[in-house]
Amino acid sequence: MAASNPSSSKDRNLLAVIGDEDTVTGLLLAGIGQVTQDQKNFFIVEPRTEAHNIETVFSAYTQREDIAILLINQHIAERIRPTVDKYQQPFPALLEIPSKDHPYDPSKDSVLKRVQKMFGE
Amino acid sequence: MSGTGPRESIFPTRMALTNTKTRLKGAQTGHSLLAKKRDALTTRFRTILRKVDEAKRKMGRVMQLASFSLAEVTYATGDIAYLVQEQAKSASFKVRAKQENVSGVVLPAFEVDRAPGTDFNLTGLGRGGQQVLRSKEVYAKAVETLVELASLQTAFMILDEVIRATNRRVNAIEHVVIPRLDNTVKYIVSELDEMDREEFFRCVKKVQGKKKRDANATEAKRKAELVVEGPESGSGPAAPGSPEAQAFELPAEDENAAVDLLSSKDGDVIF
Repeated sequence: MAASNPSSSKDRNLLAVIGDEDTVTGLLLAGIGQVTQDQKNFFIVEPRTEAHNIETVFSAYTQREDIAILLINQHIAERIRPTVDKYQQPFPALLEIPSKDHPYDPSKDSVLKRVQKMFGE
Repeated sequence: MSGTGPRESIFPTRMALTNTKTRLKGAQTGHSLLAKKRDALTTRFRTILRKVDEAKRKMGRVMQLASFSLAEVTYATGDIAYLVQEQAKSASFKVRAKQENVSGVVLPAFEVDRAPGTDFNLTGLGRGGQQVLRSKEVYAKAVETLVELASLQTAFMILDEVIRATNRRVNAIEHVVIPRLDNTVKYIVSELDEMDREEFFRCVKKVQGKKKRDANATEAKRKAELVVEGPESGSGPAAPGSPEAQAFELPAEDENAAVDLLSSKDGDVIF
């Protein structure tokens, strides 16, 4: 289990984001961007970006060892919903965030769905 | 009873009985401990659940504010998206994982780790520098909320998994291990009882046989005495008949004695 292995969470200290242009810009302004020669920790999804590209980036980010939290816009998560719902690992923590054009809908969130189930509603 | 339900394949001896009873006791202790752990975890889980729910809703509002401040930036300076993407080099906003222990379960929690300085020193130099600065702060606040939420969510996922595992163990002990040991104890006890009864019956039979043999011996002796006595005294016709009549009666008496022995648990029969 990941929880019992401390090294799995100690080395992770970056945030990564998959989102539309505005969200990514804002988060970069906050200072989360980390760019090395071969990889970035943010990915801008445009309306014409294809779903399988998003999935590739999603699985790449979830497999990286240095990312602690992966932020993804909810409307983008919606496009690759099966992949997102299948994701169960504790690290990196997956967080669905609202974007400017798409207000936050708690009923679609994969974690909140489970929370709701726990409360028995 | 002994035959019903699964049990351990074990030889029914007193030692095995003691061992099995110890194990049963151990299983019961373990069960109550695990049940306590489960309760503690569930209490913690409920609190986290409520917090996650709250924080998710708060996040919606915070992100809305942040988007609005970015809109202000765009209004004041024009589109800075490309500039920001190209200037991002190394992260000044990082997280640090620390750990918290809840009844033996390690829960990670993220802490914000902000380095001073930024990659975007020249952004908004011409116009809208103030807006850019404010937007930076608002977004930093928003990301702090997100980090907090992420640690809650991670704790939620891990606790969920651990509670499931604990539940499985509690149920396994309650519904498989304890009944199994219980059945084994019952089986051993009934087997031992059975052996006791067999032993008792065997003893009774032995004692009975011995008494019968003794009685026969006495009888033979008495008969012999009568035979010796008979010819000396007996001359009448009735006299020769009486010893025989007595001899016929005696075995009946003997049988009665044997029956009494069985019912009145002779002191000789010691277990």
